[in-house]
Amino acid sequence: MAQIFATIVHKAGVPDDSAVELVTAARKIDAGATVTALVFGSGDDLAAACTAVAPAYNEVWKVDGDAFAYPNAEVIRKAMTNLLPSDAIVLVPHDTFGMDLSPGLAIKMDSAFASDVVGIEGLDGGTLNIVRQEFGGAVSTHVQCDISQGAVINVRAGSFAPEETQANGQVVDKSGDVGDLGAARRKFLELVAAEVGDVDITKEEVLVSIGRGIEDEDNIEIAQELAEAMGAVVSCSRPIVDAKWLEKSRQVGTSGQTVKPKVYLACGISGSFQHLGGLKGNPFIVAINKNPKAPIFQVADVGIVADILDFLPDLTEKIQESK
Amino acid sequence: MEILVCVKRVPDTSENEIELNREGNDIERDDLVYSVNEWDNYAVEEAIQIVDKVGGSVTVVTVGDEEDEEVLRREMAMGANNGLLLADDAFQGSDGRGIATILKAAVEKGNYDLILTGALADGGEAQIGGMLAAMLDVPFASVVNSIAVLDGNKLKVGREIEGGNQEMSEIELPCVLSIQTGINEPRYVGIRGIRKVASVEIPSMGAADLGLDASAVGSAGARVRRMDYFVPEIGDGAEMLEGSTDEIIEKLIEMLKAKGGLK
Ligand SMILES: Cc1cc2nc3c(=O)[nH]c(=O)nc-3n(C[C@H](O)[C@H](O)[C@H](O)COP(=O)(O)OP(=O)(O)OC[C@H]3O[C@@H](n4cnc5c(N)ncnc54)[C@H](O)[C@@H]3O)c2cc1C
Ligand SMILES: Nc1ncnc2c1ncn2[C@@H]1O[C@H](COP(=O)(O)O)[C@@H](O)[C@H]1O
Repeated sequence: MAQIFATIVHKAGVPDDSAVELVTAARKIDAGATVTALVFGSGDDLAAACTAVAPAYNEVWKVDGDAFAYPNAEVIRKAMTNLLPSDAIVLVPHDTFGMDLSPGLAIKMDSAFASDVVGIEGLDGGTLNIVRQEFGGAVSTHVQCDISQGAVINVRAGSFAPEETQANGQVVDKSGDVGDLGAARRKFLELVAAEVGDVDITKEEVLVSIGRGIEDEDNIEIAQELAEAMGAVVSCSRPIVDAKWLEKSRQVGTSGQTVKPKVYLACGISGSFQHLGGLKGNPFIVAINKNPKAPIFQVADVGIVADILDFLPDLTEKIQESK
Repeated sequence: MEILVCVKRVPDTSENEIELNREGNDIERDDLVYSVNEWDNYAVEEAIQIVDKVGGSVTVVTVGDEEDEEVLRREMAMGANNGLLLADDAFQGSDGRGIATILKAAVEKGNYDLILTGALADGGEAQIGGMLAAMLDVPFASVVNSIAVLDGNKLKVGREIEGGNQEMSEIELPCVLSIQTGINEPRYVGIRGIRKVASVEIPSMGAADLGLDASAVGSAGARVRRMDYFVPEIGDGAEMLEGSTDEIIEKLIEMLKAKGGLK
């Protein structure tokens, strides 16, 4: 069995939640696997991240260097290609870093690439049976992946629950083994923080959230009126921001805000994992969608099949009457 | 600047209910409405805007079959100068590596400074751009939401990372970028625009034209295979409210009150 590695994403010395989820994913590939955490970074932050993940892993490979002070996937890919055995199975969180790193890593290592994996159903010889989703979560698929020459596997956040088992691995310094990294052809310059808007949806208890189903900029009024009647605030999915109908600060999701409302009304939102990734704290979710097969109904508490352009104004009127 | 944009024709999920066929081995494709992958449309718009500023030309390419030609035409109606269809029976069943291998061969037949893909397509893999860059051995940046052309064969690009924060980098040309939605506002394509390119000849290339060994692409070369489609039972699913609109609203208001959703 090839060695399994997990790429650790960390910030300011604190590993991302994915760090413990990847161990679970590794054990689904092989229950007895020796799982090695791969941690790139520099200085005290790196040391802290290594210490933090050590309890969950059999071994921690620490790679320290100025070139890794910011996680530039172009540089880390090169280092991983030099450092890892060619038949390694490499697990990576499917976030914007994983999207940047992994497809190219699979090519450079001549490994198979399985993207955005949500389930692992075990290994059968050199074939790994995995579960993915397509069409924004509308359907799932069983996928067979030939990992006999190694594999890079991007794992969706939240798909594998962390386990209690302790492995208490040693931290091994591999900084000297990354080989020649050459001159970076992509240089990190700076981080620009997301704009702050006029409302802070992260602090709201009740959100009326609209998606592409609102169809037209003029219809946004319908949601605003409902929100007003409910004492709520309007938030939205990404396409509404892309169309510049609402400001970025109102976007819920992995590339927007993480919200923790008590009640979330998802109106004309299909329920992509990037959208749901911004919804935390187990809110009461009401989904209103004209498509009875919309994936949002799998995660909502209450579902209503309706055209929001008719339904929302009716709801607003009844709420106003009931006051 | 010579720019190649990779585009894909996909079922429009906002127009269609994606359902399984009776055998459960594919989605029901008969009545699907197809369009260009949303992300690719932003990529083509960005390419056109760059060429408007610094000169050059935009070529759109797809790996598919005759039916997929319509998206090339649509993107040419938008303003792309050339289209290129990569079609061959040998390409059937390609995994991501196979698609990227085919695209790489096409890239090498041209002379491109910049290659754009969408960040994501219908399969949800987000893989082709990064694979293509690695095969070409050029730098790559994913989820790009801003591009500025700098002097000296460089671009300044922004990547939209978690939380909507933006990571700014300098990247050398030639390179591959995967484009995130919202980077621009794609122009509207009217019937007239479509008509203008309706009879333009779009060249097509197959495995032999591209010098590709058929065993490297298609199902023969695939290490990742989709076996079926299914709809999972996740949790209990939502409690569906049924009845007349008035009844539904009455129930909903009660629930909202109980959960603190009405103030
Ligand atoms: C790196 C990355 C980051 C991303 N980050 C985010 C993010 O932070 N937030 C986010 O939201 N997305 C994000 N996305 C995009 C995400 O993948 C989806 O494309 C997006 O969430 C879809 O938004 P939607 O549900 O509004 O639209 P769609 O998926 O198009 O769904 C529209 C829904 O509305 C329904 N509908 C249509 N008309 C009506 C009507 N009249 N009445 C009732 N229902 C109707 C349809 O049945 C459909 O279910 C990201 C993507 C990538 C690649
Ligand atoms: N068959 C194809 N032909 C041309 N480009 C493609 C094809 N499939 C995917 N792409 C490109 O790769 C991007 C990402 O797709 P994917 O990696 O499949 O999620 C798309 O937005 C396209 O730019």
